[in-house]
Amino acid sequence: MMRGLSAGSIPHLPRGVRLHHDMIRNTHVLLAPERAFDLDTVALEVLMLVDGRRSIREIASDLAARYDADRSVIEADVIDMLNSLVDRRILGALSPGSDQKP
Amino acid sequence: MSDALNDALTPIGLLAELTHRCPLRCPYCSNPVELERRSSELDTATWCRVLSEAAALGVLHVHLSGGEPTARSDIETITAHCAKVGLYSNLITSGIGIALEKLRGLVEAGLDHVQLSIQAADAARADSIAHLKGAHDQKLAFARHVIELDLPLTINAVIHRGNIDSVSDILDLAVSLGAKRVEIAHTQYYGWAFVNRAALMPTRAEVDRSIALVEAAREQLQGRIVIDLVVPDYYAKYPKACAGGWGRRLMNVSPSGKVLPCHAAETIPGLTFWSVHDHSLADIWARSPAFEAFRGTAWMQEPCRSCERRERDWGGCRCQALALTGNAASTDPACHLSPHHSLIQTLAAAESAAPSPTPIYRGFGASAGRQHIGETA
Ligand SMILES: C[S@@+](CC[C@H](N)C(=O)[O-])C[C@H]1O[C@@H](n2cnc3c(N)ncnc32)[C@H](O)[C@@H]1O
Ligand code: SF4
Ligand code: SF4
Repeated sequence: MMRGLSAGSIPHLPRGVRLHHDMIRNTHVLLAPERAFDLDTVALEVLMLVDGRRSIREIASDLAARYDADRSVIEADVIDMLNSLVDRRILGALSPGSDQKP
Repeated sequence: MSDALNDALTPIGLLAELTHRCPLRCPYCSNPVELERRSSELDTATWCRVLSEAAALGVLHVHLSGGEPTARSDIETITAHCAKVGLYSNLITSGIGIALEKLRGLVEAGLDHVQLSIQAADAARADSIAHLKGAHDQKLAFARHVIELDLPLTINAVIHRGNIDSVSDILDLAVSLGAKRVEIAHTQYYGWAFVNRAALMPTRAEVDRSIALVEAAREQLQGRIVIDLVVPDYYAKYPKACAGGWGRRLMNVSPSGKVLPCHAAETIPGLTFWSVHDHSLADIWARSPAFEAFRGTAWMQEPCRSCERRERDWGGCRCQALALTGNAASTDPACHLSPHHSLIQTLAAAESAAPSPTPIYRGFGASAGRQHIGETA
């Protein structure tokens, strides 16, 4: 399967993957099977907007407005970051015009 | 992504060995030859306390394992407690017996992930390895139910000379079952696997072929399934950072409540293991003699002591060093810099070339198994 996310894709965290506030280490982590990803601020901001309803375009717009930044640059970064999670099978998404989960 | 998970000296994983009881008798089983009995197992309240302590200490993942963890009648309560205190729960199961029936309840209790072991891709071979007729079909039914319940599934297959030619079929089966992850785990020679090493050891040619196959499949299957490979030590160049380094990332609680830095640590003579009956996990992590014994690098001998990789692989596995060199503080012979490295290569070559002896099957009252440890070298 290809690295298929686009601006219209609607990402979601599948069952078995979740955000966790690690109070011992004072950081946010993404918990997945056999893996824990320590999240920096940007990654956390993106993942907090991943809710299975918003598209990547909407996520990028939201971040662009908040940080007063160029939406197209942010959009490309978000797609890159989320694609790497799709490859690791810890992110699901609905693609525009289909109901296929990658 | 930053690195807080690697820096701090707090454990991130807890292996909860809920019981040693198990309906299967895999000859490669890494569990100790002397299994702990049901009468000594921790009760529900104690497990729940230990899990609360683990969460407070910074543990993120709990692996509910054994033996067969679903053989515990309180597995749902224990799982629910993990969810309650925010721990990510991973059920490591054979999928045999009562496991299927309990699955829905476990999902309702908040189980996060299932790791199911299989022995081969075809029923005849799988059942003969697991030593139980019908085992493979039960596992397939279990896997389907995991997917029906929308839980993420990892398939684990332990690889040895009896199934190394079917790695490709195992990968195909994992994909067709809908697993997101598959572990191709070459046998680690602990417990019963050490006893049965000659019956399990593949040849170097077989190992090389299977690793090349996994690497090719990884690319082909990217985005569909993640393949994790546990490489075989006896043919390795460098050892694994066993347990991520002694006393650095993992704690292992035995069925009776002894807390070990790794699964096999009890094979090392002279170590004192503290029990959850007498101490908190935090106390054990910080102060118990067994955790202190090989933490860091001060205990190392040459060639590890002055090696630039010493904080990368932490000298490899202490249990393997002991089993193969007689000294738990020596360099893991899996390392090509170890003076014992050529010895284990010779041993692997000889054992894999000889006809496979009949394996000794695990069970309680294991005196037959123990006799053979000394004979394998
Ligand atoms: C000891 S088992 C206990 C859980 C359960 N009975 C099962 O087999 O899935 C834990 C995990 O270790 C794997 N395993 C067992 N013996 C092993 C060995 N010698 N080397 C590597 N992995 C092993 C099993 O396949 C399983 O995934
Ligand atoms: S590896 Fe096999 S024998 Fe060992 S605990 Fe798991 S199912 Fe039982
Ligand atoms: S000598 Fe020791 S530290 Fe160096 S690579 Fe080998 S096992 Fe690791």
